[in-house]
Amino acid sequence: METQKSETPSPAAGRAGMKKELPNDFQDHRDVWVFIELERGQVHPVSVELLGEGRKLADKLGVQLAGVVVGPPDGVGTGPAIADAFAYGADLAYLIESPLLANYRNEPFTKALTDLVISHKPEILLLGATTLGRDLAGSVATTLQTGLTADCTELDVDADGSLAATRPTFGGSLLCTIYTLNCRPQMATVRPRVMSTPQRVAKPIGRVVRHDLTMVEEEIVTKVLGFLSDGQTEDANLAYADIVVAGGLGLGAAENLQHLKDLARTIGGEFGCSRPLVQKGWMPLDRQIGQTGKTIRPKLYVAAGISGAVQHRVGVEGADLIVAINTDRNAPIFDFAHMGVVADAITFLPALTEAFTKRMAPRDRMKLVN
Amino acid sequence: MHIVVCIKQVPDSAQIRVHPVTNTIMRQGVPTIINPYDLFALEEAFKVRDCHGGKVTVLTMGPPMAEQAMRKALTYGADRAILLTDRHFAGSDTLATSFAISQAIAKIGDSFGAPDIVFTGKQTIDGDTAQVGPGIAKRLDLQQLTYITKIASIDLHAREITVERRSEGGTQMLRSKLPCLITMLEGVNTIRRGSLDDALRAARFPILKWSAADAGIEELANCGLRGSPTVVKRVFAPTPRAQKAMQIDTTDKTVDHVADEVVASIFTNQPALEVELSSNGSA
Ligand SMILES: Cc1cc2nc3c(=O)[nH]c(=O)nc-3n(C[C@H](O)[C@H](O)[C@H](O)COP(=O)(O)OP(=O)(O)OC[C@H]3O[C@@H](n4cnc5c(N)ncnc54)[C@H](O)[C@@H]3O)c2cc1C
Repeated sequence: METQKSETPSPAAGRAGMKKELPNDFQDHRDVWVFIELERGQVHPVSVELLGEGRKLADKLGVQLAGVVVGPPDGVGTGPAIADAFAYGADLAYLIESPLLANYRNEPFTKALTDLVISHKPEILLLGATTLGRDLAGSVATTLQTGLTADCTELDVDADGSLAATRPTFGGSLLCTIYTLNCRPQMATVRPRVMSTPQRVAKPIGRVVRHDLTMVEEEIVTKVLGFLSDGQTEDANLAYADIVVAGGLGLGAAENLQHLKDLARTIGGEFGCSRPLVQKGWMPLDRQIGQTGKTIRPKLYVAAGISGAVQHRVGVEGADLIVAINTDRNAPIFDFAHMGVVADAITFLPALTEAFTKRMAPRDRMKLVN
Repeated sequence: MHIVVCIKQVPDSAQIRVHPVTNTIMRQGVPTIINPYDLFALEEAFKVRDCHGGKVTVLTMGPPMAEQAMRKALTYGADRAILLTDRHFAGSDTLATSFAISQAIAKIGDSFGAPDIVFTGKQTIDGDTAQVGPGIAKRLDLQQLTYITKIASIDLHAREITVERRSEGGTQMLRSKLPCLITMLEGVNTIRRGSLDDALRAARFPILKWSAADAGIEELANCGLRGSPTVVKRVFAPTPRAQKAMQIDTTDKTVDHVADEVVASIFTNQPALEVELSSNGSA
């Protein structure tokens, strides 16, 4: 029933239109926080994107932006994470270091973040909608009994300073703007690549506020036995690729995916697909683009044999240039593509690969001569 | 073993249309289904039951018509079905939903034995939040194991469970304790076709309908709209792009010619891309 509200907007809208009466306990909540996610020691790019967004919100509210860094001691990852927080606009960083935070586990991370919130009272708390961010945000919001809006695509503050969090609903057919009225912090998760990467600050400075994790290993029930990395081959770096070539059901058969991979390799891009190809087992889930797959933001997106259903569209809208190849001139993808080719993808993809090769070949030869 | 599987009846969102004028969802005639992600949870529950014995209770919160989803779950082979339905739950956001469901699970525990595992799907296809599972886990103080791809083993004697969890860029191997809450990732199994016996039984099987009071919920202020810190202020359709794609036809030109044209205009649009591509020497 969690979406009943979006089906019947009128009563909810009426309620949201009421004057806000923030209980006294929440009056002193200030500042915008961004949880800085460490993925095996590296700052997840979504955290940088959120710092950019968080900076805008903090400026509108006239408050400070803080990065929240939790991780193992000895600066493995936490040092660079704090540096990144300042470099991308944070005024201060909250830091909890403990060996218990070496690998992600729900319990110690929930404890760390919840304790920080209770001590320092942020008004807004943002996390990436990664597997880690969603796992953590759900627990923290429930512990704090506050509102959490998942997978937002747009964040803003309205005239009275409330966070307006916009997210797709019903698989992307509609968007809804959600408020957290009488609780603090106002929490939201945002998908990777929905927000753009901000510029680095010229001379980053900031203050670090340290805290201890008041927990011991014996209190933590779940143990990490190991981690199996996807490795180079399966690790589709789709979300952050500059060029993405994707195929849909229009490609007809699994063999034809080769045309897609050839083009991707030729122009140094990643390849991806629409959902039915994952369901047919032609491609792994990591390669799916869209509402229930990856959001991408490439400079060039080539969609071959993809109809352009709304669930696919929401994942590709951030692309700078969308080129669609489809036999049906009325396919919905032509409504949001920048360039459309009405053609059979199975013959057109090899031709396109050839055209790219031709265009770039002379330069390669020149390189050889030099 | 007692396993509770939380499922949700959702509109088949592939078939939903948005009213062009009012921007509201047109649900007339749209069929409802069990949230597809929940079927992976249900099947995994059956597999655990196959191995370790016990009972599978399905639980849903929803309007009275969600009884259909319960029947369906019974035909797949669930042992017991409970529909939590009360107008006090209307308008619940994820926090209020997890409150009501966790209270009902506690009541299930009192009535039929405490669950060893609570399963949910990764997320629903209408709400897409992935928040209700973690919310239930937190409220019931269950170990929270999300995005699980595989249950590697369960040691009932030691009350230990070993699972594989999908995370960014890899798979985490976790060992935890029962009771736990597991949210299942998609594509990890295929729901079985129940037996003829299951189908016959399901047709007549009594589905327990619990109101808030039946579930032992006293704090009605935590339920429904009142218990929901989030409110939807505005619902709207995505803005259509002002301009449609510039279309290139292949009817009266050769494919190769059109391909050259497309590459040329890609580079006119994105000059930086051409520089990048050439310097990579990837061609
Ligand atoms: C809850 C939910 C979540 C979803 N999430 C996603 C998601 O994340 N990502 C996603 O992609 N989808 C998602 N979908 C599915 C989505 O609604 C569409 O069904 C899907 O995107 C369609 O894939 P498609 O365009 O490949 O196939 P189709 O819709 O079948 O379209 C195939 C297209 O190929 C064209 N074509 C046929 N032959 C050729 C040819 N030889 N050459 C060129 N073109 C040809 C056809 O004209 C047609 O336009 C989701 C659906 C639901 C309900």
